Amino acid sequence: MFTLLQIELHKIFKRPRTYIAFAAITALIVIIQLGLKVDGKEYADFVLADLQNTLEINGKIINGYFVCYIILQLLLVHVPLLIALIAADMISGEANMGTLKLLLTKPISRTEFIIAKFLAAAIYTILLLVWIAFFALLASIIIFGTDDMFLVKNAYAVQIEKIDIFWRYIGAFCFAALAMLTVAALGFFLSNFAENSIGPIVATMSIIIVTTILSTMSIPLFNKIKPYLFTTHMVAWKEFFDVKVNDANETIRGSIQNADKIIRSSIVLIVHIILFVGASIWVFRKKDILS
Amino acid sequence: MQNIINVKGLSKQFHNLTAVNQLSFSVNKGDVYGFLGQNGAGKSTTMRMLLTLIKPTEGSIEIAGIDLFKHRKEVLRNIGAVIEKPDVYTYLSAYENLKIFAKLSGIRLSRQQLMQQLETVGLAQRANDKVKTFSQGMKQRLGIAVALVHNPQIVILDEPTNGLDPQGIADIRNMILHLSNELKKTIVISSHLLSEIEQVATKVLIIDKGKKIIEGEASELFDASQTIVEIETTNNNYAFEQLKQSSWNSFLLKERIIHPVLKMNKKDIPQLHKDLITMNIALISLQPKHSLEDYFLSITSNNQS
Amino acid sequence: MKRNFVFSIIIIATFFSANKLKAQDATILVQKVKTKLEQVNDYVAEGKMKTDVAFIKAPVGKVKVYFKKPNKFKLKRDGGISLLPKGGISVNMRSIIETNDYTVIPAGSVVVNGINTKVVKLLPNNDNSDIVLSTLYIDETNLVIIKATTTTKENGTYNIEMQYGKYINYALPDKVTFSFSTKDYKMPKGITLEFDSDLTPEDRIKMKNKKGRIELNYTSYTINKGVDDSIFK
Repeated sequence: MFTLLQIELHKIFKRPRTYIAFAAITALIVIIQLGLKVDGKEYADFVLADLQNTLEINGKIINGYFVCYIILQLLLVHVPLLIALIAADMISGEANMGTLKLLLTKPISRTEFIIAKFLAAAIYTILLLVWIAFFALLASIIIFGTDDMFLVKNAYAVQIEKIDIFWRYIGAFCFAALAMLTVAALGFFLSNFAENSIGPIVATMSIIIVTTILSTMSIPLFNKIKPYLFTTHMVAWKEFFDVKVNDANETIRGSIQNADKIIRSSIVLIVHIILFVGASIWVFRKKDILS
Repeated sequence: MQNIINVKGLSKQFHNLTAVNQLSFSVNKGDVYGFLGQNGAGKSTTMRMLLTLIKPTEGSIEIAGIDLFKHRKEVLRNIGAVIEKPDVYTYLSAYENLKIFAKLSGIRLSRQQLMQQLETVGLAQRANDKVKTFSQGMKQRLGIAVALVHNPQIVILDEPTNGLDPQGIADIRNMILHLSNELKKTIVISSHLLSEIEQVATKVLIIDKGKKIIEGEASELFDASQTIVEIETTNNNYAFEQLKQSSWNSFLLKERIIHPVLKMNKKDIPQLHKDLITMNIALISLQPKHSLEDYFLSITSNNQS
Repeated sequence: MKRNFVFSIIIIATFFSANKLKAQDATILVQKVKTKLEQVNDYVAEGKMKTDVAFIKAPVGKVKVYFKKPNKFKLKRDGGISLLPKGGISVNMRSIIETNDYTVIPAGSVVVNGINTKVVKLLPNNDNSDIVLSTLYIDETNLVIIKATTTTKENGTYNIEMQYGKYINYALPDKVTFSFSTKDYKMPKGITLEFDSDLTPEDRIKMKNKKGRIELNYTSYTINKGVDDSIFK
């Protein structure tokens, strides 16, 4: 099993395609950081315009933590597309290249093989997030420094103390990993059904785009189906950045407003991963290799 | 001779299509077993079932006395395969490909051993170059090295010459003869070209529409004095039964189902004709074929019409 | 606010006509308070600040407050973001009574937080002043301001309440509470990039509360030890 995983990772990281995602992410992050470095003040004024009618907000609004939050908000919607590029190619790509039939004439168990393949895709996904964490969080902290985080939400604003933030990012990245693994599992599952990579990649992307749109549109009809869409649950990482307040309306350090929401969404995503991977194993074990 | 591959009642159904229908055959140790049939006859499906790539709907395959599907890993350790064109990872080097497939075959080879294997297929010089820079012939040689990296006793080659130039075809032929004569391996090879099989096979099976047409020693099947006679009657089943009970029984090819087919000396045809009348068999046609090639071509043309 | 203003004017006009003599006393009282305040040339105070605005979740934070005569004032949060009522915090006691350019109108006595206070209204004579009207509730015994309500042109009405302790001799409060009115909070979704808000109906009612409060609890003052001007920049 370990040998299989090693081989799969070797294959992933020997392909130029793998690095497209890393390059794209780096470029996006650098662009956002550059933009905020140059025009951060204007951006902050724009976001806070409404509050500033009543309040004077002093301090480093545009700090590393805040910048990372903005980057994640913008980026995590698009990372699934990059993950699809690899995950949806895992089986179909080999079928297309003709190597799948060669692989499966070797004395390896199909179940172990497909699990190793998924694990490789999962490791790729997680490395991508580590990369994002490194550039979006650490680099932003280095460039912009740290301070409290002041987030403007739809219904209220939240200020989170500087020392109360880092662990939230660890949580948020772990959750994001779960969300991205769901995407990887979906792409992986679809890659079982085609002998070219384009089909599953486009199918994965389409599913994500359509469900994300349904998840984000506030139309009563869609609101009913929202809880059943996994994309709705993928954004729950934001819940890490909302704190509870006590009766005196003071924030409670180390608290999460809707921890139950994170737990619920995590469960939904884990169930999705198990279903997609389980179905992949089931399909693949029975699959006739005709490519 | 020791029986190494034993296939019984093998069938494969794809939705409405019966790709392989109740196929039984056996391969002896050291055979070069030629699988002959036109495209779509069920050769590839059979070859892939021998490699567990396709699960049979029915039937069993035993290799060296072990059930293939129950002990897949164990059996596959002893098999090397090239299916159609030898595909490897084009974004990896020849050396990396060989190393990966050695590991997957369950053996660990030193760098030196791997280089030796590349040397035998003439790729040592290009060991570290990416396969995408290789010519078709080089890719094919690498594919074979990859298939045989773990020194298997059984080699399965499915249409190994497809898409190759005459030099490539000749290379494959020489390789098969080398594997068989010097390394004493058992080889199963499929092709839609009789000429290819004829030059290497010791035993031949002809398949059409998923069914076995004929199986026999190559030396006999390719012998011009052994004429194949195909009989068409108004009642084929009746004719089949009558022939079975007559002295012609030993000439009758039993596996044949549609028409009775006999393998006999050409000079005995008038006697056969007489006997058919005696047996009250209403004859529509009686066609003698000079050799296996004529016979094979007739199947092909029948199918094409 | 306009109506409030008109209302105030009417009240003030009433006082003018009826309490001319008392106005004199009131001016003296304000002067006394001012004199007491003037003992302090500068101070640095440490304390905790709490922002209580219905639609803002903010932590309690340590703050340092710097003051220097005549009216330099700076509140610094100990590393962090601070939310203050717009223009409000600078409307501290000193700046209200710093100038002599106002008319003092007495407005009777009221008990505030259990303390008997004299109510005086300060009406700036300068039309350009942002302050329209200040109402001071003065503890006559200790010569300190217990409560002040200030109406400004630009920033609405503020309430400031003060509780004194150790530093009462310097007229420096231990606790200051600013109350101010806030506007409706509304964010277009495009800006926040948040797509779902699941507030409970109770939350929504709570958020509609438009009163904001800032509480400053001072733990210590360093008085008249000099404060560098650079701090106020």
